[in-house]
Amino acid sequence: MSETKKVLRIKSLYDLPREELFISGHGLCPGCTAGTIMRMLTKVTGKDTIVVNATGCVEVSTTRYPYSNWLIPWLHSAFENSGASASGIVAAIKAMKRKGIMDKDKDVKVVVVAGDGGTVDIGLQSLSGMLERKDPVMYVLYDNEAYMNTGIQRSGSTPHGAWTTTTPAGKVWRGEWRDKKDIAGIAAAHHIPYVATANPAYPMDMINKFARGLEVLNEGPSFIQVLMACTTGWRFDPALGITISRLATETGIFPIYEIDHGNFRVTFPIMKRKPVKEYLKLQGRFAHLTDEEINEIQKMVDQKVETINKMAGKTVIGPVG
Amino acid sequence: MALETVKKAIPLSTNHAIANAVKDLDVDVISAYPITPQTTVVEKISEFIAKGELDAEYIHVESEHSALSAAISASLTGARAFTATASQGFALMHEMLHIASGLRAPLVMSVAMRSLSAPISIWNDQSDLFNARDSGWIILFAHTAQEAYDTIIQAYKIAEDQNVLLPVMVGYDGYVMSHTIEPVITESREKVIKFAPKKQYPYKLDPDKPVSIGAITPPEYYYEFKYQQVNAVNNSLPTIEKVDEEFGKTFGRSYGLMECYMCEDAEALIMTNASYASTLKAFLPDIRKEGIKVGLLRVRLYRPFPLQKFIEYTSDKKTVLVIDRAISYGAPFQGPLANEISGAIVREGLKLNLISVVAGIGQRTVEYEDFLALARLAYEGKKHKETIFYGVRE
Repeated sequence: MSETKKVLRIKSLYDLPREELFISGHGLCPGCTAGTIMRMLTKVTGKDTIVVNATGCVEVSTTRYPYSNWLIPWLHSAFENSGASASGIVAAIKAMKRKGIMDKDKDVKVVVVAGDGGTVDIGLQSLSGMLERKDPVMYVLYDNEAYMNTGIQRSGSTPHGAWTTTTPAGKVWRGEWRDKKDIAGIAAAHHIPYVATANPAYPMDMINKFARGLEVLNEGPSFIQVLMACTTGWRFDPALGITISRLATETGIFPIYEIDHGNFRVTFPIMKRKPVKEYLKLQGRFAHLTDEEINEIQKMVDQKVETINKMAGKTVIGPVG
Repeated sequence: MALETVKKAIPLSTNHAIANAVKDLDVDVISAYPITPQTTVVEKISEFIAKGELDAEYIHVESEHSALSAAISASLTGARAFTATASQGFALMHEMLHIASGLRAPLVMSVAMRSLSAPISIWNDQSDLFNARDSGWIILFAHTAQEAYDTIIQAYKIAEDQNVLLPVMVGYDGYVMSHTIEPVITESREKVIKFAPKKQYPYKLDPDKPVSIGAITPPEYYYEFKYQQVNAVNNSLPTIEKVDEEFGKTFGRSYGLMECYMCEDAEALIMTNASYASTLKAFLPDIRKEGIKVGLLRVRLYRPFPLQKFIEYTSDKKTVLVIDRAISYGAPFQGPLANEISGAIVREGLKLNLISVVAGIGQRTVEYEDFLALARLAYEGKKHKETIFYGVRE
């Protein structure tokens, strides 16, 4: 085990490196927040990083042959195997360093970038394997809450009430009727050094979580779930991506927290929560919901907030007010 | 083997012979999941690592899909990577088989060939491997434990050749070979590495020379990528032949691309591979005593198919009887290899009678009397339009 390495810690966005490693010219939708997340992520990782990208929006939109938006080594092999692919790279580096095939002083970080389908559904098994083996990989989930790349089909990460093309709203179905899978909780159950949820509307918080996620790699893996508002699938004005992202946290729908060596901490406490309606009403995917159905969602979020406060041991997210 | 040679040999099953080859090749990364009858390969490798006889990273993956995924990425990072599988695990890998060859990952995999579910059968046939014949890998079959050891060594030299850069799989029969102990001569690591020095993937994942691997490829480019694979597989043939010759010069054992055994005066040939070839070699002298002039045409290199060798060996023969241990349901000939041979006959305008036989499915045993009956069938040389499902109860 090497000693804890110095990593980027920022107090303001001006502290970020100017160097761009995820460059412009990609094919992500106008208003997509994934580009913002990737740009910030690569600024934190620096150039001595290998990215494993699961099949999904970011993969298809950033490497349309013969172009690439990545100035760092990047591998896409399949949809469901990012955990295993990252493990293979880590093992190769470890063996080659030990056997003198590779410079042993060269610090190369391995980072996975995967969507919610590739993480909570089809990639869950390979992710679990990677976490359980304690392979030093930072796994970044960009969670846009459905299979956006294939045309907005529901995933295990789709929230209650959301319209998708496979959970349409009609007389019988009222959008997705199951709850969003608690993937951060599942990751945490592997007892890895660091788990966090993040939101690009709180960039400093997100960036410092990436930094912490890299810092713990000498002990084991880290898992960071980043909410990724999707203009196309969530059906909102492309200008509103960050506004809606912020509302997700302000309403308590997507609390941002970290579990650092088992210590749970909400990194952005909210004393006065906004009603969920403010978040829902800006998105076409919730447009079919009646007041009664919105009240139901409000109650579910209230319950979730109660759980979060219990975990924190005090009120870190206050009541709606 | 001559007695003098046998004295130098050690008793190894084919699975253990393969594990020894992996050790002697100083493989860097092993990524595998247990499946019968492959398991004793990776058990033995684990033992080598545990005892410090092999310095490698062993990734205990949670599935064969992940096993091959991790082997691919390790290989693309510049390590020498290995995995092993069979049957259901091999089928679970299927997606990654195509990605391994498409990304040109120079890794090696051994396949202890086994039947496929359902109904579940843990016993031998070749349904697993033949199901993946179009996955763009170089495919070799071994027919003895010694050949398996030698072929794994050759496989790395072939895969890592900078003009080849393709994954190589080495198939052999589950149980009949995987768990049967034979005399095997192993070589020193020094000699093995000298013969097959490590050559890294040339466009490896390296922050000093960043590359994007596995980009999405639009219709204007995809076809050319696939055509490069067509050329890569076809063009690997001379390298495979050369590696085998060099192996012969270095270690005194070589196998050729295809073997014709008791061939010269034979009027008909039985075409088969792996354990059926070694069994038939043992039976042929007795079969010949019955006045049945048949020989053995053993498939060693399957992809790329050494068509010129096939033409050469069959040029003066009347009949070739192809034994398939896999089924191509509803195909004109229902043995996959027979189907291909019929294509070769048409392509070359050969006057060769082809008899298609399916046998040994789920390890239905084919004994001396059965080989004798099949040899008679070949020697008679009658035309059989339908595939013969030998030994099945109707």
